[in-house]
Amino acid sequence: MIDSMTLFFTTDFVLYALAAGISLSLVAGPLGSFIVWRRMSYFGDTLAHSALLGIALGLITDSNPQLSIIICCLLFAFILTLLDRRPLLSTDALLGILAHSSLALGIVVLALADSVRVDLEAYLFGALLTIGNADLIWILLVSTVVAIVLYLFWNDFLSITIHAEIAEIEGANVKRLNLILVFLIAFTIAVSMKIVGVLLITSLLIIPPAAARSLASTPEQMAVKASLVGSISVVLGLISAFYFDVPVGPSIVVVATLIFLLFYFYPSVLKSKS
Amino acid sequence: MESSDNDSNSVLESSGEFSSGVLLAARSINKEFADKKILENISLTIEEGQIVTLIGPNGAGKTTLVRIALGLLQPDSGAIYHRPALRIGYMPQKVQVEPTLPLTVSRFLQLANRHDRELLDTTLGDLKISHLQDHQLTSISGGEMQRVLLARALLRKPELLILDEPAQGVDLGGQAELYRLISEISVSQGCGVLMISHDLHLVMSSTDEVICLNHHVCCHGKPEHVSNDPAYLNLFGASASGDLAVYTHHHDHEHGIGGGVKEHHHD
Repeated sequence: MIDSMTLFFTTDFVLYALAAGISLSLVAGPLGSFIVWRRMSYFGDTLAHSALLGIALGLITDSNPQLSIIICCLLFAFILTLLDRRPLLSTDALLGILAHSSLALGIVVLALADSVRVDLEAYLFGALLTIGNADLIWILLVSTVVAIVLYLFWNDFLSITIHAEIAEIEGANVKRLNLILVFLIAFTIAVSMKIVGVLLITSLLIIPPAAARSLASTPEQMAVKASLVGSISVVLGLISAFYFDVPVGPSIVVVATLIFLLFYFYPSVLKSKS
Repeated sequence: MESSDNDSNSVLESSGEFSSGVLLAARSINKEFADKKILENISLTIEEGQIVTLIGPNGAGKTTLVRIALGLLQPDSGAIYHRPALRIGYMPQKVQVEPTLPLTVSRFLQLANRHDRELLDTTLGDLKISHLQDHQLTSISGGEMQRVLLARALLRKPELLILDEPAQGVDLGGQAELYRLISEISVSQGCGVLMISHDLHLVMSSTDEVICLNHHVCCHGKPEHVSNDPAYLNLFGASASGDLAVYTHHHDHEHGIGGGVKEHHHD
C-alpha cells in the first residue's frame, strides 16, 4: 500500500495535479475570502457556469479552449457588473437566470458540435489527473498574476469591502477596484475549471475561507488559513481519490467540507470546556 | 474650472467666487428621486473652523444633501465647490461589518492611515477608546462604534469633517459628550464640520450655524435664532422649544464606557 502510494505520488500526472491544485488553493484562499465577505458566491457560480459556454464556443469556433473560457468568463463578469449598476431585476434573480441559461446553452452547443467527442463529465466535475503541461502553465501564470494583484491592492480591496463610501472619500476608485476584483475572480474560475469542474469551482473558493473564519481574528489570518485549508484539501482529496477509487474533484470538495465542519464545531467545543 | 480625477465626480475644485477660507460650498442644488423632489434649490457654505448643523425630520433630504456635498451623488442641477485638495473626514450614518469578516478596531483604523502609528494612538486616546484596539468591530457597542468611526475620519487629518448623525445609537448623556468632543476637535484641529442631527437642543451649544431642512431650506442662522423661527416651530411643533429646556448646562459627572459614573475633574 505504502509503496503504491509512493509510486502514485511520484508519477507525472499526480505531480502535475498537486502543483496545479496547490497553486490554485493558495490564491483561492484570499480571493475566496473576498467572495465570502462580499457575498458573491452566487456570482462565482454564474461565472463558473458561463465557463462551460466558453468551452462550447471555443470548440465550434475551433479556437484555444482555455482562451475562449477566459474570454467568456471575463465577458460575463463585465456584463454582470454593468447590469448590477442598473438593476432591472434583483441581483439574485439576475444571477439565477444567467447562471442556468449559460449552463444550459453551453450543454446544448456542445451537443450540437457533434464533430468533436466531448467528455462532459470532465468539464462538470473536473479532471485534475488529466492536467497537461499547457494547463499547468496557464494555472501557474494566472495564480501568480492574481497573487501579485491581490498583494498590491490588498488594503484597497479590504477598504471597499468594508465600506465603499468611506473608501471613496479616502480616495479609492471604487468602481475600478470592483472591476479588478471581479476580473481576478473570473480569471481564477476560468483556469480552475479543470481541477474541480464547473459545478464545484465555487466550493473551492468558498469552503476554505468559511472553514478558516472561526480560526481568524484579522482578515489576513483568514486569507492565509484559507489557503492552507485549500492546499490540505487538495492533497488529502487526491490521496482519498486514489485510496477509495473515487473522482478527484468531488473528493477534494468533500475533504474541504469535512475540515469546515471540524473547525465550525471545534471552537464551540473548546469554549464549553473552559 | 477643472474636475477632479474621479470619473463619477463633477465637484468643482476652483472658482473665483470663493475665498480661501471657504472649504465647501453648495449652490442651488436640486435633486429628484423617481419624480419626487428631494432637494430644492439648496445652497450652503462651510468655512474653516465653522460648525454647520443640518436638522430636519426624517426623509427631509439631509443624507442626500450630505452625499451630494461629498461628491458621492450627482445633483440634477447646481454645483458643489471643494477647496482645492480638500481633505475630508467622513463618518457615515451606519457601518455594518459583515460578520464573516474578522476585523479588529485597530486594523479597521489602519485602513485610513497605514503609516502614522503615533497619530492612531493619540486619536484613540483623545476619543477614549484606546482599550478597544484589539476588540472585534462586530463586538463593540453602538456608542463605541460611533467613536471608532469618528477616529477613522480624524486619521485623515481632515480640513473638513462631515458627520451623518454622529450621535446615533448613543445614550443621551453620551450624545452631549460626543457633541462636546466634536466641537473640541473642531477648535483644536481648526477643521470645519458639517453634521446632521435631529435634535437642535443637543447641538445648540456646539454649533455656529443651523440649517433647518425639509426638502428646501426652511430657515437658517444661529441656533438661538432658528429655535424661535416660525418655520422651525412649524416643522417640529411648538413643544420642541417649549417643553425641553435649551441644553446648555454642563454635566457634573461623566459616564464611563461601561455606563458607570466617573469622577468629575473640575479645575
